Amino acid sequence: MMSPRLVLAGFLGLLLIAPLVVSEFHVTLLNYIGLYAIVALGLVLLTGVGGLTSFGQAAFVGLGAYTTAYLSTAQGLPGWLVFLGGSPWLGLLAGVLFTAVVAYGLGFLTLRLSGHYLPLGTIAWGISLYFLFGNLDFLGGHTGMSGIPALSLFGLELKDGRNFYYMIWAVLLVAIWLTHNLLDSREGRAIRALKGGTVMAEAMGVDTARSKVVIFLVAALFACVSGWLYAHLQRFVNPTPFSLNIGIEYLFMAVVGGAASVWGALIGAGVITVLKQWLQDWLPKLLGASGNFEMIVFGVMMILVLQLARDGLWPILVRAMPQRKSRRPVPQGEALPKKPVPQAGQVLLEARNVVKRFGGLVANNNMNLTVKAGEVMALIGPNGAGKSTMFNCISGVDAATDGEVLFRGQAVNKLGSRQIAALGMSRTFQHVRLLATMSVLENVAIGAHLRGRKGVTSAMLHLERGEELRLLAEAARQVERVGLQEFMFEPAGSLALGQQRTLEIARALCADPCLLLLDEPAAGLRYMEKQSLADLLRKLRSEGMGILLVEHDMDFVMGLADRVVVMEFGEKIAEGLPDEVQRDPAVLEAYLGGVD
Amino acid sequence: MDLQIALLLGQDGITNGAIYALLSLALVLVFTVTRVIFIPQGEFVAFGALTLASFQAGKTPGTLWLLIGAGVVVALVDLSIALRAGATRKIPRIVAWNLVYPAVAAAAVFLLKPSEFPLLLQIALTLALVVPLGPMMYRLAYQPLAEGSVLVLLIVSVAVHLALVGLGLLFFGAEGSRTPAFSDASFDLGLVTVSGQTLWVVLASFLLIVVLFLFFERTIYGKALRATAMNRTGARLMGISTVMAGKLSFLLAALIGAFSGILIAPITTIYYDTGFLIGLKGFVGAIVGGLGSYPIAAAGAILVGLLEAFSSFWASAFKEVIVFTMIIPVLVWLSLTTRHVEEEE
Repeated sequence: MMSPRLVLAGFLGLLLIAPLVVSEFHVTLLNYIGLYAIVALGLVLLTGVGGLTSFGQAAFVGLGAYTTAYLSTAQGLPGWLVFLGGSPWLGLLAGVLFTAVVAYGLGFLTLRLSGHYLPLGTIAWGISLYFLFGNLDFLGGHTGMSGIPALSLFGLELKDGRNFYYMIWAVLLVAIWLTHNLLDSREGRAIRALKGGTVMAEAMGVDTARSKVVIFLVAALFACVSGWLYAHLQRFVNPTPFSLNIGIEYLFMAVVGGAASVWGALIGAGVITVLKQWLQDWLPKLLGASGNFEMIVFGVMMILVLQLARDGLWPILVRAMPQRKSRRPVPQGEALPKKPVPQAGQVLLEARNVVKRFGGLVANNNMNLTVKAGEVMALIGPNGAGKSTMFNCISGVDAATDGEVLFRGQAVNKLGSRQIAALGMSRTFQHVRLLATMSVLENVAIGAHLRGRKGVTSAMLHLERGEELRLLAEAARQVERVGLQEFMFEPAGSLALGQQRTLEIARALCADPCLLLLDEPAAGLRYMEKQSLADLLRKLRSEGMGILLVEHDMDFVMGLADRVVVMEFGEKIAEGLPDEVQRDPAVLEAYLGGVD
Repeated sequence: MDLQIALLLGQDGITNGAIYALLSLALVLVFTVTRVIFIPQGEFVAFGALTLASFQAGKTPGTLWLLIGAGVVVALVDLSIALRAGATRKIPRIVAWNLVYPAVAAAAVFLLKPSEFPLLLQIALTLALVVPLGPMMYRLAYQPLAEGSVLVLLIVSVAVHLALVGLGLLFFGAEGSRTPAFSDASFDLGLVTVSGQTLWVVLASFLLIVVLFLFFERTIYGKALRATAMNRTGARLMGISTVMAGKLSFLLAALIGAFSGILIAPITTIYYDTGFLIGLKGFVGAIVGGLGSYPIAAAGAILVGLLEAFSSFWASAFKEVIVFTMIIPVLVWLSLTTRHVEEEE
């Protein structure tokens, strides 16, 4: 049976000999596929993985192409630019820097808004830049710029398409390798978490705004490099290949190929480029008129792909290929440093007169509670009593309208959930928030985000393998601790709901918290599973962890909790030891109705 | 620049701005009801203008073939669903709207001589051909993905836009068309002459806005659309079909788009791909209103028209650059004032 590694080796071998055996025309086609795939790869990262999108990638390609075209051809550059003139390599450097600045500015403006402003912004920016290229005299206007020098590499001038082929495909393969590495890292997990919404990622300490800017920048830079290659391949640039329509085509490549996989970019670029070539030959003959009629086919094809095979062609190809069944080894690594554990009995959390209003509705009114290190505090109450709202106020997911929350003596009501997580508070969600297609291990490892330090560059080059192994080993330990080891490499979405809740606990533990907030952890668990969960929580308590628990299962709560707070209609109606609370008349009335 | 030129530019700006305002209202309507960012809006503008121009030139407009083709596809899809579900009582309705109606339209185009019709009747026939494309488009492209994310719907929009621009080229060719003015009257107001067409555009836009307002405030369907815009699930629980709301909002958007095209065709030459830029300028207006507010969107659109008119005087080559860069300060302002609320997808 063929292993994926063998398939990859075969593919690389074919790439290597292709220009020696195919015609000039096909080399050119392969060159364009390579150039487009570099851009589409950026969109895979942005759209397929990060859930953002851009129709303006062609404009970034244009920035790269025009920067090098201008710098390498212009006579009498302004004084402050002279040092960049003359060399394509300096043109690349300038293009990359320029693109980074523009992309950062655009990303900064639009990424904070809800998802659709970014693509709309990129449409506007794509059109503006296209008209700007066409109307600036020093960029040659609509006629463009010619006489761009050829690239030379180790003294070899890349003058013909066959030479350039190796350059383009080497760049593409490096870009695929970098992207692949990035996704398989701590930063990569943070990026992949974006698609599941920012609430969970932020609560695990991920700076989601930063992750979004990172992928937008990477996508823009890939486009810029593709443009630089294009300029030196064609040795001529004009505005046409950088128009909005081409930007849309890039997005089609990513979506048709399969926006969730790095290889999807290559498949998409190949399919769309070949199809376009073919349609441009045949459609005008068929319709008896000349024009870009391939647009009609692309548009319809795109709609059908989105309706019938949302994940694109790559997953379909993968299913046709032999699957690797080998069992992966459980990551082993040195333990990560732990924060000092607070002394048992020390007050960890104190909520003072917390008020939360949603418009006219008061969800929490003057709520007070404390949680000490080494105790289990249960927050109970009928449905709609405001327990989850209280959780959100404490963990910074939602800001309290009034009142104060102190965590380890520090006021945290003004902080976001990310900062609070960094202080040592970790939580689970009532409605599980997992990345269904990621493995259990990777989901849990998101919890350890704040325990790693290595950034995007080292992730792309895989220079952070030591730290990565320690993070994964920590995640594996937590998976084993909650008893999910047999599902370690299964996709999280394949677990039963109760197990998914347990997974969330492992993820929270992975952050090395001193206070754990659990929102209905026992819901959906079977009796034996509840027993082992209770054992786990008892063990954590004995290690000095503070636990705040929202739960409906009274047997579970009363057998475990040290103290109980009862809420109804947003207010505290009772507090005390489990036995006292169970006899409290106000509690009985809230749960059982009035006893007249 | 003297006062006279300023007034002239102002008149230009307000005329175009009125069109952009209409379009921005349609965009806000479609977005709030269906979460679709309606990029193909501009194609309805072009189709409206070019269909009318075809009638006047005595040609058969290609939009007729599109109507027939789309009708057949919708009928096939809906009939196969209805038959599989055994819902035979739906069949007459499906056949009537998707097969009979286009056939009647074709008969009208071929048997009568639309080129000899009075303008008003030509306009009515144009709308009769173009407007039903809206709901058909919703049915085919968007309805199967109605619960998808805003992003998926946006990509669909772009795909629909691309397909329609290609079809526009196929139907109407690469040459532009201009239709005769509704009226040749002009009014001399001392410093400036106001053309009859300008008044037509501004008055018709204003009238349409008033009609839309009454529709939303006073009719049960208008209220159903508003309810869907506010809360899809809630509206559905009250028995409002989201499919109906989607089709209705697309019908209105197509009507507004085609009508805008008819209004603007005597002022600018319309090419098969002109609609896109016009539609996008409506978008800039809609974005000024945060894609939610009708009056701010309309005001933003008028501002876009004025900005365009004045920048075409000072820096005509950079007109489009200036208009589309206007979106940047708007986005800055929005990002500073809006608190991002996460979408649950």
